[in-house]
Amino acid sequence: MIKKLSIPILILVCSILLVITGCSAGRRAIQVKGSDTMVNLAQAWTEEYMKINPDQPVAVTGGGSGTGIASLINRSADIALCSREMKKKEIKIAEERGVHPFEIQVANDGIAVVVSPKNPVDQLTLKQLSDIFAGKIKNWNQLGGPDRKIVALSRDRNSGTHVFFLEHVVKLQKKDQSREFASDVLMLPSNQAIVEEVAGSLGAIGYIGLGYMEKRLKAVAVAKEQGSDHVIPSNRTVLNGTYPISRSMLFYTNGEPEDNVKAFIDFVLSPAGQKVVLSMDFVPIK
Amino acid sequence: MKNKIIEEIIERLIYLSGIIAILFVVLIFIFLLKESITFFFETNFIQTLFGIDWYPISEPPKFGLLPLIMGSILVTLGAIVIAVPFGLAAAIFISEVAPKWLRDILKTGIELLAAIPSIVLGFIGIVVLAPIIKTAFDLPSGLTALAGSIMLAFMAMPTIVSIIEDALSSVPKSYKEGALALGATELQTIRRVMLPAAFSGIIAAVMLGIGRVIGETMAVLMITGNAAIMPNSILQPVRTLTATIAAEMGEVIQGSLHYQALFGIGLILFVITFFINLVADMFLHRRKA
Repeated sequence: MIKKLSIPILILVCSILLVITGCSAGRRAIQVKGSDTMVNLAQAWTEEYMKINPDQPVAVTGGGSGTGIASLINRSADIALCSREMKKKEIKIAEERGVHPFEIQVANDGIAVVVSPKNPVDQLTLKQLSDIFAGKIKNWNQLGGPDRKIVALSRDRNSGTHVFFLEHVVKLQKKDQSREFASDVLMLPSNQAIVEEVAGSLGAIGYIGLGYMEKRLKAVAVAKEQGSDHVIPSNRTVLNGTYPISRSMLFYTNGEPEDNVKAFIDFVLSPAGQKVVLSMDFVPIK
Repeated sequence: MKNKIIEEIIERLIYLSGIIAILFVVLIFIFLLKESITFFFETNFIQTLFGIDWYPISEPPKFGLLPLIMGSILVTLGAIVIAVPFGLAAAIFISEVAPKWLRDILKTGIELLAAIPSIVLGFIGIVVLAPIIKTAFDLPSGLTALAGSIMLAFMAMPTIVSIIEDALSSVPKSYKEGALALGATELQTIRRVMLPAAFSGIIAAVMLGIGRVIGETMAVLMITGNAAIMPNSILQPVRTLTATIAAEMGEVIQGSLHYQALFGIGLILFVITFFINLVADMFLHRRKA
C-alpha cells in the first residue's frame, strides 16, 4: 500500500516544493554551509540577521568543514563554515578551479577534554593527552587514578574538531607526525554522542566543543607542558589564550565578500553578531 | 485500431522502464568503478584488501580495508544469527499456527517494524541498549558489534519473516493435507514437510536479510563505536564499510586518493550485495521453477 502511494506522494511533494521555491525566488538566499560545530551558531546569526533584514534569506546547512569547503569550490555555497584552517591541498584545488578562498575569523572555541565527574583525575598535560589518544597510556592508574581501563572517545574523521585535535594534541602541535589516534579509539558521530558516552562511563575520556559542556561532565584542566599551569577551559581562558586547546571559527568566501554576503558578514562581526556568539556558548573574537 | 496503437505505445513504455532500471544499476556500477579505479591501481590492491591499518588522513595514508570488511561481516553475521531463528519461528507461527485475526495483526505489526527509520533504532541503541550491554558484560563501553547486531536484527526481521511466510504459504496445500492424513502431528508436518518444501524460500529470505543488513548505515554508525580494529570478539567496537563512507565523506577532498578510496569501499559493498542478491534470486527462482 505504502509502496503504491509513494510515487504520487513524491510527485506531489516535488510540485509543492517547486511552487514554493518559485514564489520566493525574489531574492537569492545566501548559502552558508560547513562545520557541524558551527552550524547552530550560524543558524542563530541567521535568525537575528533576518529579523533586521527580513527580505534577505540565508540558508544554513551542516555536513562538516570539508563539505563546506567542497561546496565553496563547487560554487554551491557563498560562505563555508570551517572549524579548522583550510588545508594546503584544498587551497590548491580551489585555485585550480578559479576559486580564491578568503578567510575571516568570526569566533573562537575551546575544546574541552571531558571525563566523568566521578573520575578523580582532574588535570593532564598535552603530552599525557597525546599519550592517551595515541594508545600509549591505557590505564587510569598511570595518571594517578584508579585501576581502570581508559576508553578514549574521538569525533569521526568528517569533523573539523577531529582534525584539529589530531594535529594540535595527538601530534603535539604537528611536532610528532608519527603519532596517530590509536586504532581502538572509538569514533563517535557527534558531540552529543560523546557527551552521552562520557557521562555514563567511569573510564571514558573524550573531547567536545566548549558549547557542549554540561553538568554531567567534568572538564579536565590542561597544561601546555610539564610544569606549566593547568588551566580549566572557559570563555575567559580561551579569550586570553591561556587555555592550550583553542581554535578559531572561520568563514571562507570566494574572494573578498561583496554585496549581500558582505552585509551578512559585517553583521556577524558587529557587536550584535558577537553577542550571539556569546549566547551560543562560543567565545567572541574581541 | 486506435486501441492497438495505444496498447503498443504503453507496451513500449513499460519495456523502456524495465530497461532503464537495469541501465541505472549499470551506470551506478560504472560510476563507482570510474571514481575508484585509480585508487585500486595506485595502491597495491592485495595490500589494500588485506591491510589492517585504516589511517586515511595520515601522511602517508594507510588504506587497509580488512578491519572494515571484518567489521561489516561480524555485525552482519551477528544480526543474522539473532534474526533468523526469531524470524523463522515468527513466520511459522504466522502462517501455520496463529488464528486468522491474530495473523493479520502480527503481519501488520512486523511490516510496521520495517517502517521505523534506522536513525531512530540507532538512537534507541545509544540510550537504552548500549548501557545494558555495558553493565551486562562489564565492558568499558557498550558501543560494540553486539549492539549493532541486535539493532540490525530488528531491521532484517521484516524482510526475513515476510519472505519465509510467503514461501510457507505457497507450499501446495495437498502436501500439508497429505501429511496430516497420514497421521503426522501438526509439529511433525511443519518440521518434516513444510520446512523442507519451503527450504529455498528460507535461504532466499536469509540472503535478502543479509543484503538488507550489510548495507545499513545510520544505526551502525551510531552504536558500533567505529574503531577500525581487527575484531576478535563481538563485544568489541567495529567500524563497518558503510559507516566509514558516511563518517568520512564529509571531510574528504574531492578527487583525492581518500575520496577514491571511499568510492572503492562503495564498489566493494556493491559487489557484495550484488552477489548476495544474485544467490537469493537463484533460490527464489528455483522454488518457482
